[in-house]
Amino acid sequence: MFMASGKSRGSSERPIRVLLAKPAIDGHDRGVYVLARAFRDAGMEVIYPGLLPTPEQIVDIAIDEDVDVIAISLLNGSHMTIFKKVMELLRARHAGDVAVIGGGIIPPRDRPRLERMGVTGNYGPGTPLETIITHVRERAAEVRRRRRVA
Amino acid sequence: MAAPRVGSTAVGGERQAPASSRLKYWRSKVARLSKAVDSRNEAYDSWEKRVLIPWQKGLASAGRLVYTSADSAHDGGADMPGMYPFTRGIYPNMYAGKPWTMRMFSGFGIPEDTNSRLKYLLKHGETGLSIAFDEPTLYGVDCDSERAEGEIGKCGVNVTTLKDMEVIFDGIPLDKVSTSMTINAPAIILFAMYIAVAQKRGINQSRLAGTLQADILKEYIAQKEWFYPPKAHLRMIRDMMLYSVNNMPKWNFISVSGYHIREAGSTAAQELAFTLADGFHYVDMGIAAGLKVDDFAPRISFFFDSSMDMFEEIAKFRAARRIWATVMRELYGAKDERSLKLRFHAQTSGYTLTWQQPLNNIARTALEALYAVLGGAQSLHTNSYDEALALPTEAAAKVALRTQQVIAEETGIKDVADPMGGSYYLEYLTNRIELEAYRYFEKLDELGGILKAVEDGYPQREIADASYQRQRRIEAGEAVMVGVNKYQEEDEAPINILKISRKAELAQKRRLADVKRSRDEAEVSRALDRLREAMRSETANLVPHVIDAVKAYATIGEIVKVGRDVYGEWKEPRII
Repeated sequence: MFMASGKSRGSSERPIRVLLAKPAIDGHDRGVYVLARAFRDAGMEVIYPGLLPTPEQIVDIAIDEDVDVIAISLLNGSHMTIFKKVMELLRARHAGDVAVIGGGIIPPRDRPRLERMGVTGNYGPGTPLETIITHVRERAAEVRRRRRVA
Repeated sequence: MAAPRVGSTAVGGERQAPASSRLKYWRSKVARLSKAVDSRNEAYDSWEKRVLIPWQKGLASAGRLVYTSADSAHDGGADMPGMYPFTRGIYPNMYAGKPWTMRMFSGFGIPEDTNSRLKYLLKHGETGLSIAFDEPTLYGVDCDSERAEGEIGKCGVNVTTLKDMEVIFDGIPLDKVSTSMTINAPAIILFAMYIAVAQKRGINQSRLAGTLQADILKEYIAQKEWFYPPKAHLRMIRDMMLYSVNNMPKWNFISVSGYHIREAGSTAAQELAFTLADGFHYVDMGIAAGLKVDDFAPRISFFFDSSMDMFEEIAKFRAARRIWATVMRELYGAKDERSLKLRFHAQTSGYTLTWQQPLNNIARTALEALYAVLGGAQSLHTNSYDEALALPTEAAAKVALRTQQVIAEETGIKDVADPMGGSYYLEYLTNRIELEAYRYFEKLDELGGILKAVEDGYPQREIADASYQRQRRIEAGEAVMVGVNKYQEEDEAPINILKISRKAELAQKRRLADVKRSRDEAEVSRALDRLREAMRSETANLVPHVIDAVKAYATIGEIVKVGRDVYGEWKEPRII
């Protein structure tokens, strides 16, 4: 596992922390590496645990590293199974406040179901990086607001 | 079977030629080629000054606008197809003699689904089968493992035990077809299963024809499917190489693959360089294992990407042939012409397909297929327009096949060998991409060879850099993807895509439970113990032991676990 540190943005608040995960048994990691760099260049802290973390490991790392956002890439059609598991585990571990963002090959018809589970974004290929970064920032801000209130 | 001839068996850094003389060899190539590629072209310079700049109202151009005979010289050898160094193609008459093989890759769902698809293809005249496996199979995960949930049959057919392979090939004459299997980390297991199915049906293994992808180096570089550290997998490749050289004259034990390297984001030159470097490593391994180069090199074939940049792709294919022939002859002393001929399968690029406006992908695939043909491919797979979204529907796969037929039958392209040869620009690019590849060979040997470089993450980082740069060019609008960052449309109507039901998962789990109930558990453990022992001995050939294990119906996961116990796992080096 490694952490890529973002540039300091001169604010007292710590940078947004994103766990970038590719949980399916699938090694097509081109997109995930592009995102890791883009998030880092946008000043975020990126945690990438390498290939094939299980949903359990993702939730463990998210809790240990106190991340704001989990961004999950799925390309092989197993999104409905894996996202459901991650969301259930987060709730069971009382970490339901972490934002979960999806991306990859997710057919439009599955998006509403994912949204209802609380998985947002669900970006397909060709989405501008800026769109994804903005969404991560929005979700992270929400998470922090909620955490301050709680 | 004949006892494998095992000489020195190491799979690491041993070389035919010592590292220093290899480096010298690469450097001499770089020096010679850079003279051809980088030399000034006086005719161009004077034309630029007298004609171009005045025409552009005083502005010079960013790059070269035209190429001439002065740019395209090469002293590589005879300039004819079917002759060394085969730049213009490996056969004298190329497609006028025999058109390329339209080899469409398929496999989905449960073994029964794939069996009927294969039978359908055979009925329609296809003799070359090409099988795709699902992710659990590729990663050596049994179908009843929690890890496999949601992934059974999604990206290919699922195989957990020999029983599944028996169903896939039921009723298919294994002694009459050739079967290509896209399988890497568990290649030795699927290889053993294929042999076992034949043996159980009384077909001698010597009559089996086919190709295993099996190229593990590109897995560490690009596709990232592995079980063990590189040396353990390389040893299995060596064992398959020895086993097929000794027992299976029609079996191609490796298809050295650049496709995945390119799709992971590399440039064309990187694809070419890393793939050929992998190929040379396998040659080194065969020699270290005691084989003569001409005994096994003719069975090494290649697999390249065909992407969107027309001339660069055609140049890449031509340079690949020239480099392979030259190095095999000059550095490895190969004499058999078949060792010098680089045969390759091509696939159109999946990366260039867009999720947006998917019908545009038909145009992209047609162009890429054309480049592969202009580049002299031996076989070709064309992607379907819906593959950015899901596995292809039958209708989309048919359009992809028809695209090849249109190119073959309607364009006149088959009549002449290497029709683009002699284009100043193409010849220049062929030289340039060849030069870039030699520069990489030099760099890789400076780093201690391809294996060491891969273990340290060097090619992986080069690819991640290239991929990120390309993405930034797309974001900036400097590189265009129609429908993605230009000519976008709102509210596109969805297209029909293939949906794989969960029935496959349930059926596979049921079959595995039946197999586990009926197999002889004591025999399974005995076979796995023998395999474990063999793995601990560096000189044993693992293939017969894996055949015994699969015949006892050990699962893919059980066999992989034995390897993990012996070899441990592998975590990739940090890439960014």
